[in-house]
Amino acid sequence: MSAASGPEIERLIQLLAKLPGLGSRSARRAALYMLQKREALMEPLAAAIQEAADKIRPCGECGNLDVSDPCAICRSPGRDITSICVVESVGDLWALERAGAFRGRYHVLGGVLSALDGVGPDQLNIPKLLERAGREDTQEIILALNATVDGQTTAHYISDKLEHAGVGVTSLARGVPVGGELDYLDEGTLSAAFKSRR
Amino acid sequence: MANDALDDALSSFTPAPDHPRAGVTRLRLTQFRNYESLDLGLNTRPVCLIGENGAGKTNLVEAVSFLGPGRGLRASGAQAVMRNSEDAYGVWGIYAEVETRDGAMRVATGADPDQPGRRRTRLEGEAATQSELARLLPMMWLTPREDRLWAGPRSDRMRFFDRMVLAADPAHAQAASAYEKAQKNRQKLLDVERETGRRADGDWLKILEREMAEFGVAMAAARLETLVHLQSEIDQRAKSAFPKADLSLDGMIEVQLSEGAKAGDVEDGFASELARVRPRDGAAGRALSGPHRTELSVRHREKNQAAAECSTGEQKALVLGLALAQARALRHVKGVIPILIFDEACAHLDQARRDGLAEAILDIGAQAWMTGVDEALFSGFGEGAQRFKVDEGCVSAL
Repeated sequence: MSAASGPEIERLIQLLAKLPGLGSRSARRAALYMLQKREALMEPLAAAIQEAADKIRPCGECGNLDVSDPCAICRSPGRDITSICVVESVGDLWALERAGAFRGRYHVLGGVLSALDGVGPDQLNIPKLLERAGREDTQEIILALNATVDGQTTAHYISDKLEHAGVGVTSLARGVPVGGELDYLDEGTLSAAFKSRR
Repeated sequence: MANDALDDALSSFTPAPDHPRAGVTRLRLTQFRNYESLDLGLNTRPVCLIGENGAGKTNLVEAVSFLGPGRGLRASGAQAVMRNSEDAYGVWGIYAEVETRDGAMRVATGADPDQPGRRRTRLEGEAATQSELARLLPMMWLTPREDRLWAGPRSDRMRFFDRMVLAADPAHAQAASAYEKAQKNRQKLLDVERETGRRADGDWLKILEREMAEFGVAMAAARLETLVHLQSEIDQRAKSAFPKADLSLDGMIEVQLSEGAKAGDVEDGFASELARVRPRDGAAGRALSGPHRTELSVRHREKNQAAAECSTGEQKALVLGLALAQARALRHVKGVIPILIFDEACAHLDQARRDGLAEAILDIGAQAWMTGVDEALFSGFGEGAQRFKVDEGCVSAL
């Protein structure tokens, strides 16, 4: 490959292959597509990447990514300041914003606890969360963490840390998805749905 | 390689509607082990694969085992099964049409073209979860490795038993995986504390121990339930070609649950115990108590002898007896008949036991995949099985 196309393209492919969801074959396809659409796609994309790298920073308050610090959500007067939704990543924050189901503010942890991966409480945005939970305005902390083992370990850890913070701590419900059929659900999900019945 | 005439004749065979059986009705292999390509039409009756050593019989049943959850009967990685030949190309793949409790379905598994070291599995064209595969394609296998099961390491016996539990309770794999993850994370914290002298985060340890207790008790409860059904099947069975076994699980949590303790109390007790023994486990570099240390004890009832002390033939008969009892238990308790894979199972059996094995499989109604070097090994099946000759990666109906 490198002999046929030169080190520049090879480097581009190697970097693209590091992106989540792209393997070496997809990266090669993406690089070739961009090179074929140099003016329409590659140059604007390169400019957009550069601009994003220059301007976008994590919000010092919640960990969201934005061009301003505090971010637009933290600055918005229309958001409910009494509730904070705790998420693992900015991607999860975006998913909740797309759903439009939550009008409060967020707190992005930047990962979940995993001793095996070397991620402990000090590597996560937990001290800031505890500080925000202790503020007078805060009434509820909603733990919207993934239903994975590490996600639940992190949720339990934060719940314990917030035990004496004087705020309500809730978690997202687990169970039957909207439009889902019981017959197709695995036993774990069904059990969780039964435990969360209301 | 499929024999169309045989296909037509076998297609009239329909399983009893009250007990849906899992079975493979078409198997296609591409670049898998010694198979460049294979297209095999089947029905859900037992399948006898006959061929010389090294012909590819075990490779074929390994491909079937890849349709269920896990890494198959050889626990092979995704790259290990790629055909090893100068003219091999692309990536390996297995496609199958299967009968399941939910009806006919398509399952496909193979190396990911973008990441050949990873395997991906599709069910009806969508990514399949391990628990979904376990529910739809319950499967149990015995290989020559299990010949040494009773005299070998404890972990092999528990792996064998846990596979039987998984066939009955697909959630068992999730509980076991979650338990193992929490256990490894706890151990990592204790290891770092030992190596650096810096005290581990007690709150974090407490959460991990609580999770170990929750998932550990779930694991133990599932094991106990399987053991009870299994023992009941063994006890109820009239005299057969296979010896009756007395089973027990020797583990702290299993014993407490079997004595009637409430699951919540056992969880609390186990979590407290783990907190108490942190220094011990830290020094040992591993958790010295918990369901990962449970032992399966099996005794030959008639001879009142531990399984490990029985003759080679009796040990084999005990393993086969357990697998058959579990297949019956699944049929009676869960209403589904699993796929059985018995690789070279007849090797140490006398004629009476071989006939008894065929009779038991036909009675259960399972699609059992059997391998052997001689067609005579499967005479007990009479007309009740499909027979194929396997020769250097080619399969033809007999």
